[in-house]
Amino acid sequence: MSMIDVKGLDFAYGHGELRRQVLIDIHLKIDVGEIVILTGPSGSGKTTLLTILGGLRLATSGSVVVLGKQLVQSEPSTQIAVRRQTGYIFQQHNLFLALTATQNVCMALELHDTFSEKERVARAREILGQVGLWDRLDYRPSQLSGGQRQRVSIARALVSKPKIVLADEPTASLDKNSGHEAVEILRNLAKKNGTTILIVTHDYRILDIADRIITLEDGIIK
Amino acid sequence: MTGLRRIVFAARLAWRQLVYDKPKLLAATLGVLFACVLVFMQLGFRDSLYTSAASAPLKMQAQLFLLHKQTEALWRPVSFHRSILMRALGLPETRRVVPLYMSLGQFKNMDTHVQRTLMIYGYDPSAELIRIDKFESFRAELQRQDTAMFDVSSRPEFGPVQDLIASGRDITEINGRKVKLIGTFSMGTTFAADGNVVMSDLNFHRVFPSRSPDQIDLGFVMLAPEADIQAAQAALLRLVGQEVRVLTYEQLVRFEQAYWENSAPLGFIFGFGTLMGLIVGMVIVYQILFTDIGNNIPQYATLVAMGYSQSYLRNIVFASSIYLAVLGFLPGVVLSTLLYEVAERSIFIPFPMGAERIASVFFFILIMCVLAGLLAIRKLKSTDPADMFS
Repeated sequence: MSMIDVKGLDFAYGHGELRRQVLIDIHLKIDVGEIVILTGPSGSGKTTLLTILGGLRLATSGSVVVLGKQLVQSEPSTQIAVRRQTGYIFQQHNLFLALTATQNVCMALELHDTFSEKERVARAREILGQVGLWDRLDYRPSQLSGGQRQRVSIARALVSKPKIVLADEPTASLDKNSGHEAVEILRNLAKKNGTTILIVTHDYRILDIADRIITLEDGIIK
Repeated sequence: MTGLRRIVFAARLAWRQLVYDKPKLLAATLGVLFACVLVFMQLGFRDSLYTSAASAPLKMQAQLFLLHKQTEALWRPVSFHRSILMRALGLPETRRVVPLYMSLGQFKNMDTHVQRTLMIYGYDPSAELIRIDKFESFRAELQRQDTAMFDVSSRPEFGPVQDLIASGRDITEINGRKVKLIGTFSMGTTFAADGNVVMSDLNFHRVFPSRSPDQIDLGFVMLAPEADIQAAQAALLRLVGQEVRVLTYEQLVRFEQAYWENSAPLGFIFGFGTLMGLIVGMVIVYQILFTDIGNNIPQYATLVAMGYSQSYLRNIVFASSIYLAVLGFLPGVVLSTLLYEVAERSIFIPFPMGAERIASVFFFILIMCVLAGLLAIRKLKSTDPADMFS
């Protein structure tokens, strides 16, 4: 069964003379538990594709089925439903400076009714331990290194056990070692839980973690 | 996610963010505190004015009062002929009628010899027109030539009169005439008169020799205890003619207060001051909230990407604004209470700090902060999670 199934997707910014086609006739299928790296030069449309798959940008033509839901011409409620089952990792960590590592991770769990405060904290601590931050549970982002912050945001993306994780240049603000360490952790946790991962990156140093590499150029999959 | 949980979580996040940045929290709290104190002081000045404006009529004792129709306020009465008051004796309910003379006069400070203006009341001491503690003990002496009683609630510029009387220095000058102060009473100052003196009607005319005893300023009508005051008022109106008003005690107090509320532009001045305080406070809170949202746009966009709704983000901002309202208001009440006491002691006008006042100012401050939040919320529109992927 495929988690992501894209057929004949076209996408353009602007209208009329300013119209700029960024994705042309994209066909893409990603299976459960697969780790896919999407690479390509700047402006090739890979980030646009990622935001469409995450329910953050609305596509109007073709077919984009994520988690069994059609996202083309979808209602906001469908997009929100997909977002809640998706984990996001950004180039910047985007952690709340006022919150500790545990509290930041709990933000992803407060969306879901099923947990008590105690369970949320326990789960957050558990996953922070799994990303190697068991001794930094109550540190604030300002007290953490860049790699540690990115690991907190990986924990935040994974804590609610999403079916899909979308990552955009997750290593861009990290040095080689901590970058590779972060994606290693991401891959190991994903493999354990059967999570599907799509990473957009320029960083050739992390290509080795992928099951499959897709290259996008000028809006076309090569 | 249920609505209540959503609000509780948003409020908790707002609180954690507020207390994290202490200098910003302090600045915002001071902004609200400033607005709060300004509003309290403006309302305090306004109310103290209205309250003190009626401090004289509040002490007057009669069931019905006659005053000239052209009299706008008691501090500058238009006098009318004594015979008009005497007509009230034709009413079967009437027990007694007594005229009151009042006029602004010059009182010499016994220490500095500086003359200052105060209000002088003159009436027959056999009647107790103005409520004075232990009046009986002064009645006989008040009837002697060139005696008077001094209001201890007068402004201090008139000198430490009470102490001076106690030490035996009790001769001063009123309108240049030597007068012996035989005691004190308490009435209170108004914006029109810095002090008060009571004397007999005979002494009043010695101090104001140019005034005719036939021209009176205020007529007091005492009715039989069982009399119907409204009926007597109606009957008296028919007797006294077109020249004067007939007011009950409550109407007289209200009449005096209404003068300050309406004839003088004071309500507007204090209302304007209140509004300015609130606007300044709102701008400060808005600035803080707006900057805060701006600094957290990536974080908020991440929340939206995770599946949080815009209303969750709005609740964070609203919760922050309500926290700021409360945090600024609490020290604001304490500080204002202290300032009220200082004001009361330095301008000798009562500053009442009641529960109603506290509640209404809190309401103003809350509205101010929520409005600031509403303005700041527009900034949230720039939280598009799609922009977070660059």
